[in-house]
Amino acid sequence: MTTRTADRGPQTTAHRSPTTDRLSEAQPLRSAVRGLRSDYDVESIRRDFPILARSVHGRKLVYLDNAATTQKPQAVIDRLVRYYSEENSNVHRGVHYLSEVATSEYEAARTTVKRFLNARDEKEIVFTRGTTESINLVSQAWGRANVGEGDEVLITAIEHHSNIVPWQLLCGEKHAQLRIAPVNDAGEVMLDQFANLLTPRTKIVAVGHASNALGTINPIRQMIALAHANGSLILIDGAQGVPHLPIDVQELDCDFYAFSGHKVYGPTGIGVLYGKQPILDAMPPWQGGGDMILSVTFEKTTYNALPYKFEAGTPNISGVLGLAAALDYVSTAGIEKIGAHEHDLLVYATGRLVEIPGLRIIGTAAEKASVISFTLEGVHPHDIGTILDQEGVAIRTGHHCAQPLMMRFNVPATSRASFGMYNTREEVDALIAGLKRVIEVFR
Amino acid sequence: MSDLRELYQQVILDHNKNPRNFRELPDATTKVEGFNPLCGDHYTVFLKIDGDVIRDVSFIGSGCAISKASASVMSATVKGKTRQEAEVLFDTFHKLVTGETHVSDDLGRFAPFAGVAEFPTRVKCAILAWHTLRSALEGEKQAVSTE
Ligand SMILES: Cc1ncc(COP(=O)(O)O)c(C=O)c1O
Repeated sequence: MTTRTADRGPQTTAHRSPTTDRLSEAQPLRSAVRGLRSDYDVESIRRDFPILARSVHGRKLVYLDNAATTQKPQAVIDRLVRYYSEENSNVHRGVHYLSEVATSEYEAARTTVKRFLNARDEKEIVFTRGTTESINLVSQAWGRANVGEGDEVLITAIEHHSNIVPWQLLCGEKHAQLRIAPVNDAGEVMLDQFANLLTPRTKIVAVGHASNALGTINPIRQMIALAHANGSLILIDGAQGVPHLPIDVQELDCDFYAFSGHKVYGPTGIGVLYGKQPILDAMPPWQGGGDMILSVTFEKTTYNALPYKFEAGTPNISGVLGLAAALDYVSTAGIEKIGAHEHDLLVYATGRLVEIPGLRIIGTAAEKASVISFTLEGVHPHDIGTILDQEGVAIRTGHHCAQPLMMRFNVPATSRASFGMYNTREEVDALIAGLKRVIEVFR
Repeated sequence: MSDLRELYQQVILDHNKNPRNFRELPDATTKVEGFNPLCGDHYTVFLKIDGDVIRDVSFIGSGCAISKASASVMSATVKGKTRQEAEVLFDTFHKLVTGETHVSDDLGRFAPFAGVAEFPTRVKCAILAWHTLRSALEGEKQAVSTE
């Protein structure tokens, strides 16, 4: 089953899963991946990320917590510095030179995002604080106007809290029902069950492109088609999609797509909501304030056009510029090549991890992003995290903001290694060496 | 590595593997839940209080080695103590793991936890059971959280 998005050409198989029983099957893929990787110079990419040169506890930093947030290339850091040292000014309101510069750079950044997602129009790109705010914008502005008593919202069992709680709030307020599409033991949403949960009352479906906790890539193409056939809108939480997969929102035909800048090598505090123009147009505004209005009297306010209607107040200007620099950086490296490189690491790391006695990988979907969640018999993830940290290896431990999912797999927490564009096989080896140390300490 | 051995002392690893008083207490007079949302540590502490004296203590739940060993040691040290004595023990333990005091001879069972002070992110793990004990003594029914 090919479930990925907007993936064309020879790399179509590059994200195939490395589940243990598929390892042998995955072997031929490696060479295919290598072919693609030949012009991917990870060492030169590493040199663009100043933080990777630092050490932690006297060890070379091995940063494997990319699903939480990614490091920033010099180009992004420089962009922030340039804005504050040469261009700082408010946007959309001054007639003076700096304001014009800041405004045109800000709007050029919107065009960069539009191209990156292949949206039809800049009007469809709304800047937010991040994925969380993007989802809340939809659940509140669209949701409050369109979801009523007895209606349903459908999500899946592998969602991040930020794609659960906003819908719970909406359903609580409107006396609507939140429905959950279950996953199988591999951590894959079962499409037939998903389809069965679509009813005439389903107003909107909200699903993650890829799971931050397990790595599972959802079959969003099919989900989008099923939702639309049912007359429901669909939002994609792309926080873990954008960093790894090419996105084409026109081809996908999703109604909303949300992502965070900081997970794709950009600054924190900036994110995007893509929405189809007619849907955004019909939505009431969310927050009120400056910039989102055309005229205000105490009797009546006329709202600004898209996308400003949803950008109340002075925006995160430096964040927007930094995000555009990050997307440019990713585009130059090539998102397909990045995905193939990460997939190689995923396959390699999975193969090495399963050799460790007592180690269990949680999430063995056929389609995975470069995220590996695991447990080690007899050792709590928090202890694993502390010991690895002493070795300079940064991973995430805990419930990964997906408590219902942890319950589904009957684990209180997991350890998670997640790979980014600059990670290497040597860093995977450092992870493995660190885990051997963990076992030594706990033996 | 030396720091790690300070943190994961043999005594702590032993308590983690074979925690003392790790069971429910059917005739408990109070029970309180404690959790650390950051890492998912989650314990329930049971107390059997008779007047001013803690007659029995036990706990159940799951968490990292530090939190479990600490709960185990807590249960062993406060059993049979008065409320006031338990408060003093709380204080001593708290000061030790936050680095306010250093290891000395009279720390006894607490001594293995001195290494925690070098790991600020783990202090919460070490004091979780103690905070839970304290709110149980204060008669709180609410779950406590060390976040
Ligand atoms: C799948 C997924 N959705 C949503 C979010 C929330 O993103 P943010 O905290 O940047 O708003 C995350 C971040 O961890 C995520 O991984």
